[in-house]
Amino acid sequence: MIVYVLAILLFLIGLYGIVVKRNLIKIVISLMIMEYAINLFFALIGYREGGAAPIHTEELGDNMVLFVDPLPQALVLTAIVIGLGTTALLVSFAVRIYEKYDTFDVRKIRKLRG
Amino acid sequence: MRSIISILLLAFIAWGIVTVIGEIPFGTEKSRVGGHYVDQGREETGASNIVTSVVLNYRGFDTLGEVTVLFVAAIGLGAALATRRKKEKREIEPASLVLYTGCRFLFPLILLFGGYIFIHGHLTPGGGFQGGAIVASAFILVYLGCRGRRISETVSKTIESLGGLVFVVVGLVGLAVGGHYFLLNFLPKGELNTLFSAGIIPILYIAIGFKVGSELAGVIDHLMEESE
Repeated sequence: MIVYVLAILLFLIGLYGIVVKRNLIKIVISLMIMEYAINLFFALIGYREGGAAPIHTEELGDNMVLFVDPLPQALVLTAIVIGLGTTALLVSFAVRIYEKYDTFDVRKIRKLRG
Repeated sequence: MRSIISILLLAFIAWGIVTVIGEIPFGTEKSRVGGHYVDQGREETGASNIVTSVVLNYRGFDTLGEVTVLFVAAIGLGAALATRRKKEKREIEPASLVLYTGCRFLFPLILLFGGYIFIHGHLTPGGGFQGGAIVASAFILVYLGCRGRRISETVSKTIESLGGLVFVVVGLVGLAVGGHYFLLNFLPKGELNTLFSAGIIPILYIAIGFKVGSELAGVIDHLMEESE
């Protein structure tokens, strides 16, 4: 229970960064913190008391071992890759905006300049 | 003032989330489908790593969509950075001999490790995405340590397209052979816990490894071009 609250706390730290910070790069970093908080929450959802990583090995053989839930882990794998793609795209937009306005400050990126 | 308002807003959101999430028990089994994957996954797919069997067999179509999203993001990054104005070339100071030689020495070893990770994706922790990221990290090392060395854009685009093509073709062959659904595991499952097992899963993960590696190397190439 308390571990979920800690994951949500991390999520809220990211949200605070997005709302309050004015530097575009810091906003991108805050977005990544939110993303990883959600991934952490998913991994925690899949945890089972005393569970091992869901991989059959030679040592385990055919013994029935308690594994953690593999489904959230597979979903997180997908989410991490997509998060990487979107982050790279955001960074490229930030680079373009910096070239145009010579600043990362969102308050100064107002004027439409052709 | 601004931060006080936002903290109040965040507290409200936190209260909303915690009242919903606080009901979930920690450390118990929650999904029946997860139990099915754990109990039956090895027999049904032949892969020792159950996460891999979920990613590429039970949810293989989802993974094809994921690969497509990564592809579109790489294309978008290229398009966003392609139309920039040309800057005058800066003088690049060459790295010292130790750094240069070290990078050239480590580059093939990192590639080998990445290849190991994605070839053994169905047996050990890891897989195509992780192996691809390791391969791309080898390119970061070369870009930072041996300035001036570039990967050929044609080669990386060819590898990337071939990786995507292999994924789709294997899926379509499964559809043609079995006639039930896309990405049917039509190859023999082989012996458990050996390299040649799990049917199409190693083939797909090798394709994904090459695709992700060349895509991320392309992304790094575009971003490094910016700093030069």
